[in-house]
Amino acid sequence: MEYFVQQSINGLTLGAIYGLIAIGYTMVYGIIGMINFAHGEVFMIGAFIGVIMFTVLGLAGFGPVSVAIILVLLVSMVFTAAYGWTIERIAYRPLRGSFRLAPLISAIGMSIFLQNAVQLLQGARVKPLPAVVVGSIELMHADGFSVSISYIQILIISVTVALMVGLTLLVQRTSLGRAQRACEQDLTMAALVGVNVDRTISFTFVLGAALAAVAGVMVAMYYGVVDFFMGFVAGIKAFTAAVLGGIGSLPGAMLGGLIIGLVEAYWSAYFSIAYKDVAAFSILVLVLIFRPTGLLGRPDVEKV
Amino acid sequence: MPAAASVRSALESAFRSAALGGIAALVLAVPLVGLETLDTPQGLGIAMRWDWVAKAVAIIVLGRLIIALWPAIPGTHLRIWVGVGLVTFIAIAADWWNGRPFRVDRLVAGLAVGLVLQAIVALRARFQSRNGREAVRSPAAIRLDRWLAVALIVCAALLPLTPLADRYIIDLGTTILIYVMLGWGLNVVVGLAGLLDLGYVAFYAVGAYSFALLARDFGLTFWECLPLAGFFAAMFGVLLGFPVLRLRGDYLAIVTLGFGEMIRIVLINFQAYTGGPNGVRSIPRPTFFGHPFTDFPEDGQVPFHQLFGIEYATFHRIAFLYYVILGLAALTFLFTERIRRLPVGRAWEALREDEVAARALGINPTNTKLTAFAIGAMFGGFAGAFFATRQGFISPESFTFIESAMVLAIVVLGGMGSQVGVAIAAVVLVVLPELGRGSVAALPGMFPEPAATVVRVALGLLPDFGIDLDLGRIRMLLFGGAMIAIMIWKPRGLLSRRDPSVALKVPVRAASGAGGQ
Repeated sequence: MEYFVQQSINGLTLGAIYGLIAIGYTMVYGIIGMINFAHGEVFMIGAFIGVIMFTVLGLAGFGPVSVAIILVLLVSMVFTAAYGWTIERIAYRPLRGSFRLAPLISAIGMSIFLQNAVQLLQGARVKPLPAVVVGSIELMHADGFSVSISYIQILIISVTVALMVGLTLLVQRTSLGRAQRACEQDLTMAALVGVNVDRTISFTFVLGAALAAVAGVMVAMYYGVVDFFMGFVAGIKAFTAAVLGGIGSLPGAMLGGLIIGLVEAYWSAYFSIAYKDVAAFSILVLVLIFRPTGLLGRPDVEKV
Repeated sequence: MPAAASVRSALESAFRSAALGGIAALVLAVPLVGLETLDTPQGLGIAMRWDWVAKAVAIIVLGRLIIALWPAIPGTHLRIWVGVGLVTFIAIAADWWNGRPFRVDRLVAGLAVGLVLQAIVALRARFQSRNGREAVRSPAAIRLDRWLAVALIVCAALLPLTPLADRYIIDLGTTILIYVMLGWGLNVVVGLAGLLDLGYVAFYAVGAYSFALLARDFGLTFWECLPLAGFFAAMFGVLLGFPVLRLRGDYLAIVTLGFGEMIRIVLINFQAYTGGPNGVRSIPRPTFFGHPFTDFPEDGQVPFHQLFGIEYATFHRIAFLYYVILGLAALTFLFTERIRRLPVGRAWEALREDEVAARALGINPTNTKLTAFAIGAMFGGFAGAFFATRQGFISPESFTFIESAMVLAIVVLGGMGSQVGVAIAAVVLVVLPELGRGSVAALPGMFPEPAATVVRVALGLLPDFGIDLDLGRIRMLLFGGAMIAIMIWKPRGLLSRRDPSVALKVPVRAASGAGGQ
């Protein structure tokens, strides 16, 4: 029982991170109907910028940890958002209206490009980040096994919840969110009634990249290491989360992320840690067979 | 609009776009280019590279300015000279910036390259019809292509017999042919059926491990395993494709991506059979239909050289491997050429162009896609079995995503659907990093003398930014960039164009910009 609770806490933390990345996939898919393969790389870039900023602040002897974390999160969000914006401008916007495979191939090219650019610029080796937040709270104790939640886990979950609330308000209440919802329903119609479609799509990429940056920084703090290849598997899992939740649906992405995180934690704990990545892919295939619209998604009707 | 005003507005928008690009480049470059993480004994350190940032921004601003102003330059000849002049200027400016002496050979190179380009343009203008490109090429052009293909195949077949052939050349040729075959196999899936398969290497791995394990555990020979390897790979393709192909095309891409990774994880962890990360060793070498290529045959076996009464040489085995893959590749080529004219091949292309219309015509999309996917997988399996017997050792290391990306880059670069283009792309993409094993500066040394001078002169144009360009290291970076660039500028491929498999006999004029839909 205690073991189970501990794994649930770990799974929730992991799920929060997958959910944050999955939102980037689901928003972009909702609006322009393409899989942004480079999104995993955006997450990786966010993590790298986080590590670099932490190192810079650490070398400069910057004082309070809480301020440092907020600063690093903000800086990483801003720079990573710039990457998201640029990726859309360079690789996707010129291809709107091109043949079906074009944006996908362009996206995979962008993913390969970013991965190798970071590898060449920052080195292929794993970059360590010393623990920024240490310590934990003991929740339960039984039979020599203690259940604890670390401060970093609390941080990850609470930041995720805060961002979710913020995102929901943004999408529901602001004019940008309204434009986004309009574009999601019908791009052409939205343009006809005066929504600036280009700007809304750019904004979607910026928003997705900023959330991925938060996920990246928190993964760097949680695991203490980043490398140029980390975006690949995280990207696939987050995409699985988005599909599981119903691609195009924001709450679905978060729900899917949590389920994937929990499944991965339980799988590693009770079955085999070696096959934990296989679990996520198997879920993806199973969902696509039995419920392609996902848990909260709408059926995808193709109109001619 | 008066001419002056239009020039001014063109300039204005060009400078605005350049400035925007510069700002974006600055923001992107500051964290990842400007600050480099260093491994130090005390943990992570930081090195600053602001000069790199400045260079990156300068390149982007200049590049965007040129791209924006390019269409405003009247006439092809002027464009050539403006382009060459700019490159020469950048090369000289980079020398000056880095405090190196002025090099006259850069001017010479600029002049030479410009003249050559002008000659090419003049020649092309001569041979091209005045009306520009047509949707369907003339029968003469298609015949020429076919003769070219035959000539290439004959050259490839004669290569091991020429005095030029040494171990290295034939080995390289074998590697190229493996990629040609993989490219043709993936071309069926991506180029003809329009399905994006990002895990093609998985089928390659299935083929390789099928052969390795069947040979190890059951003592089957290469020729017995070859069909089985293709069969198993095709079965995996069907199993994977069946649930996914019912859905929108994009899902296939990510599922195959996941599957490629999954196969690798299973291979690493399923140690009892696959040997895990250590791989499978001592896979039997191919034999000439039972006659091994060895100096010391086991009892009762007649080695290849005795069979033909010639001196033993290791070269025989390498040449034999070369012919095997040449045969396999030729089989792939012929099979694809034939099947794309059959109803199922036409159905693939119909589905690729418009799924809804194809459905309305009564084509079953799932089954049709499934055949393409399975056939592509089968060729991947064949290539995998060959790879295993050639290497004699396989491990999961050989089947990473990079391989899938490389094959996909070959297909995209070659022009999706174009067989000749894919072959050329495979040659270029395999040879390019091979040349760059050293640095770019060592390139002229790779060629025999008259060609070396040409390369040396042309390299005079390459600006020296003080960054060592190692083609082998930046290979994947170039692939990624090339995939984006090709999708934007030449979606039908850089090296060749694809003719429709079936076309109206009456030539139909293409609208301007035939690429795209």
